[in-house]
Amino acid sequence: MAIDLKTVKHISKLARISIEEKKGKKLADDLNSIFEFIEKLNQLDTDKVEPLTSIAETKLQLRHDEIKSENIRDQILKNSPNENKDFFVVPKVVE
Amino acid sequence: MSAIVDLTLVELIDKIKKKDVSSKETTNAYIERCKKSKKLNSFITEDFDHALKKANAFDNNPNFEKKLPGIPIAVKDLFCTKDLRTTAGSKILNNFVPTYESTVTNNLWENGAILLGKLNCDEFAMGSSNETSFFGNVQSPIGENIVPGGSSGGSASALAAKLTPATIGTDTGGSIRQPASFTGTVGLKPTYGSCSRYGIVAFASSLDQAGPMTKDVKDCALMFEVMSSYDKKDSTSVDFERDNYLNKLKDSIKGKKIGIPKEYRVDGMSKEIDELWQKGIKIIKEAGADVIDISLPNTMYALPAYYIVAPAEASSNLARYDGVKYGFRSKGENLIDMYEKTRSEGFGDEVKRRILIGTYVLSSGYYDAYYLKAQKVRKLIKNDFDQAYKNVDAILTPSTPSSAFKIGEKTDDPVSMYLNDIFTVPINLAGLPAISIPAGIDAKGYPLGLQIIGKAFDEQNILNIAYTMEKHINFKNEIKSWWI
Repeated sequence: MAIDLKTVKHISKLARISIEEKKGKKLADDLNSIFEFIEKLNQLDTDKVEPLTSIAETKLQLRHDEIKSENIRDQILKNSPNENKDFFVVPKVVE
Repeated sequence: MSAIVDLTLVELIDKIKKKDVSSKETTNAYIERCKKSKKLNSFITEDFDHALKKANAFDNNPNFEKKLPGIPIAVKDLFCTKDLRTTAGSKILNNFVPTYESTVTNNLWENGAILLGKLNCDEFAMGSSNETSFFGNVQSPIGENIVPGGSSGGSASALAAKLTPATIGTDTGGSIRQPASFTGTVGLKPTYGSCSRYGIVAFASSLDQAGPMTKDVKDCALMFEVMSSYDKKDSTSVDFERDNYLNKLKDSIKGKKIGIPKEYRVDGMSKEIDELWQKGIKIIKEAGADVIDISLPNTMYALPAYYIVAPAEASSNLARYDGVKYGFRSKGENLIDMYEKTRSEGFGDEVKRRILIGTYVLSSGYYDAYYLKAQKVRKLIKNDFDQAYKNVDAILTPSTPSSAFKIGEKTDDPVSMYLNDIFTVPINLAGLPAISIPAGIDAKGYPLGLQIIGKAFDEQNILNIAYTMEKHINFKNEIKSWWI
């Protein structure tokens, strides 16, 4: 299997990372050499193997739905990249 | 008396408790040395003024009952520290100041330690040489233009250069053990679920574990004791009774069964690494342990499986960096354009590469072929260890396939960089604890490490083995302060 420039463009769109045209080729080459390495797994027959989905052998704990942090609006907005300290501001999405 | 910075953590604590030195004298000694060591680039953010204030406050009202009384400690910049910038080595978090503290660092401060600053690391802990950091390469104190390893490269460099008496890192595929091995220091990756992941910038959530990096095994036992705690804020934190690992440390391994896995004798392994391994085997035999040949048949599939699981989880975890609520934001013509430019300019090449691998293996039509396959292989690798532990108490291997390499030597070939973690990755996939201890030097004079792998939550046992071996090896880290 080979990853071509078209595939790189498709997955970079899915990942919301714009890739410059001139870097796309190098990236495709890198990904191909990595996937060539990964394909080694195809030598293994895993049809009867259960996937390991969690390494911690614990049951997820339930907890009561209680409010634990109050009045943390300023803390939440503190690192906002926009100057406005009352809301998160993004480019206009509705015309 | 030896200089303050030459003392081990345990020795330093003893001196502080005896009032031979104060917290302020200690903190000053480290700050002085840090200021002379900028060339190493091991710090991203210094917090010296606050550290001195806290040291003063400790001396004015000392509590010697604490496990780390007034001890200054610098930590990897992957741990969120309240009110102090936390970057994860990335441009995208260049201006991020957490409003909360990670549980692990909080445990340090609760036990009396003082934050000295934040240490350089590979961007989002993705790297094996500390060359992917937005804040530049880290120099290893073992030699000029030599990598300290990664991703906890700043931590390893600062520790070996005596800029902090002990430190903490994180290990997703070897990021504590490989840099420890490269710098002649001790590094422990605890069992998954032992140290809380709350407040640690996430890379691959099913693999990430925080752990100590120290000058010797005693220090390691103490730091681990302080770091490990059950934490409701981390749903994968395991509620078990934590021990006094330092008090229970003993240098006896008589009758212990230690496995030597034949699959770790990889193709092209250097003679030096093989000899180091043989030396380790001889030491444990002489100390009275039984050495047993074992097989971990799926070892060769661990690294390829890791390069599916880790990027897949990373692509999901790093989806949060979109320029909306915190971190770097680029200007875009519309919302989508803003996302794409923010992530393109905010992430470095290695991080982008891994996000794209992860996105690809999780994308429609490929999930079964890659991600599901990797999870099944992960199961096989865990089964290998479960099987082996029916007959042995621990496993001994080299920590890395080579000693430290030159800056720039492997940056053009991602796969050759990934191969650095060939001996460490299987342990993360199986969620087990493992410790790397310095065990010798190669022809160039660079340190080499041995790795002891334990059963889940059996840290005391591998600490004891490491402690016993350390006494026999009697490794001295010959670091000349060439950068000063």
